[in-house]
Amino acid sequence: MQFEYFINGGDFSKAGQASSQFKKVLQQLNVAPHTIKRIVVALYEAEVNIVAHAFKGKISIELQPDLVSMLLTDEGPGIPDIEKAMEVGYSTASPKVREMGFGAGMGLSNIKNNADLLEITSIVGKGTTLKISVNLSKQE
Amino acid sequence: MAVRHFHHALKIRTETCFGCTHCLKVCPTEAIRIRNGKAVLNENRCVDCGECFKACPVQAIYIDQDDFERIHGFEYRIALLPSIFLGQFSRKYNREQIYDAIKAVGFTHICEVEQSTGILQQQINRYAAENPDKKPLISSFCPAIIRLIQVRFPSLANNIMLLKPPLDITALYCRKKLTDEGVNPARIGVFYITPCAAKIAAIKSPVGEDYSMITGVINMDFLFNRVYRHIKNNLSKDVTGNDDKVLNADAIRWSLTHGESDHFEGRSFAVDEIHNVIDFLEKVENEEIKNVDFLELRACDESCAGGALTTANRFLIVERLRSTKNEEISSRESKSKTIEDYREYLEHRIKIQEIKPRSIMKLDDNMETAMLKMDQVKEIMKLLPGNDCGICGAPTCHAFASDIVQSEADIRQCIFIQKCRENTGELTLFESLRLMKEIWGKEKF
Repeated sequence: MQFEYFINGGDFSKAGQASSQFKKVLQQLNVAPHTIKRIVVALYEAEVNIVAHAFKGKISIELQPDLVSMLLTDEGPGIPDIEKAMEVGYSTASPKVREMGFGAGMGLSNIKNNADLLEITSIVGKGTTLKISVNLSKQE
Repeated sequence: MAVRHFHHALKIRTETCFGCTHCLKVCPTEAIRIRNGKAVLNENRCVDCGECFKACPVQAIYIDQDDFERIHGFEYRIALLPSIFLGQFSRKYNREQIYDAIKAVGFTHICEVEQSTGILQQQINRYAAENPDKKPLISSFCPAIIRLIQVRFPSLANNIMLLKPPLDITALYCRKKLTDEGVNPARIGVFYITPCAAKIAAIKSPVGEDYSMITGVINMDFLFNRVYRHIKNNLSKDVTGNDDKVLNADAIRWSLTHGESDHFEGRSFAVDEIHNVIDFLEKVENEEIKNVDFLELRACDESCAGGALTTANRFLIVERLRSTKNEEISSRESKSKTIEDYREYLEHRIKIQEIKPRSIMKLDDNMETAMLKMDQVKEIMKLLPGNDCGICGAPTCHAFASDIVQSEADIRQCIFIQKCRENTGELTLFESLRLMKEIWGKEKF
């Protein structure tokens, strides 16, 4: 099954809506609660990254009985040093964004911790693409 | 298919119900449908929060209690009394007067529920320290919240602290104390005076416990009427010194909002009213809200003061309980034992079993079947008007679409679909009228 969500950069009041909607889908499909949590936390962090840094973005999710593949593409500044961005606590968020409770520099590492696969490609000045996959374990 | 998980205290009086849809709209778990002109409750979805009871304009929803006369089957008749009961009375009536009247209407003992909160409070902090993985720790106080988490937030079920609520600890204590004094346990009847439906359901079918220490349940409004009438008719009588009075001011406020969270060492939140709780838990579940240590969550607005079975206005109840001072209790030397003497006994028995999630959101146990059903729901949603009018007997178009996919409803129950099909000749007026009668009853046509 395919799902698509469109994200507007800078609209923090709506950050998290796509993750919440997709969570409801996973719940209806009887995915194990701890797996749902991993998927939703990874997706939420990635969604907030688009809101915080990019102009706009798109989330495309492909759901198969054993795998969730999430592709997040944005038009934005891109990440100059991906390795550095992966470090815990590294953040380029503006003080304004931090004041809102975002931008603690935990995002990418938190995605990595919850995903089975994370691929990041980025072109500075153009945008960033994240591919996040989570395996769906059999029902306990 | 229909495995019954719960005893429910909420019941629908079909002779009074006229299918007005007020309850349909307020139910936070979409547990109500209208069939044949009456509200019907889905027992696996209902969490006994009491929202439908509060919304019903004709009192067609009632809360099933035990027959009051049942107390007389016991020689020792204990009223297990939450402090909220005191808040039902205006401040001109004091605790002694109220307690004397409770005894005059039939009880032999009064056992104040919140007297165990001192013990519990310590245990909560210890439990939090021992279970750092359960963050945020969710209080087990409100049974409607426990059930809500089981059915709507399965991934948070593991965060509920596995400690008895004050009610069960105190029930254990008052039984043990009397038995130690030489009373035959069979002669002890412990009756909880409940402010809500959820507590009744929790007692009749406990979650995380094999059985309950409580013999029966009396609705708070029922006892209030009896007690208040007695007080009014006996104003001239002297009140006796009453040593059932053991609660201090902190304990009295335990069941109000912030009653628990104020005592927690760490970052805590107190959220009341079930829709507020749902909003908050959505964010906790997504980890949008993080680094919280403790959550006090209550289904009713103003917590237990807003319980469906309270008679006074909830804000007045809160005012009375908050203004209660630490009275002369500590100065009075009591000969009999107190709950402190049983601390160790109670601490050994304070744990409850694991609380298992049981999601109501899944479309099917099998994921591939669930995916098929989800596609069907999507397709049906394209046909429905999306204005959630409730004429089909379901609370929302989405709930209706799910019902259709689960073979519990017929798409022709939608009034918009009917009009379209009448227009194309696919449906006769006679047939659409028959469908409407099935939902709304013959009397309305």
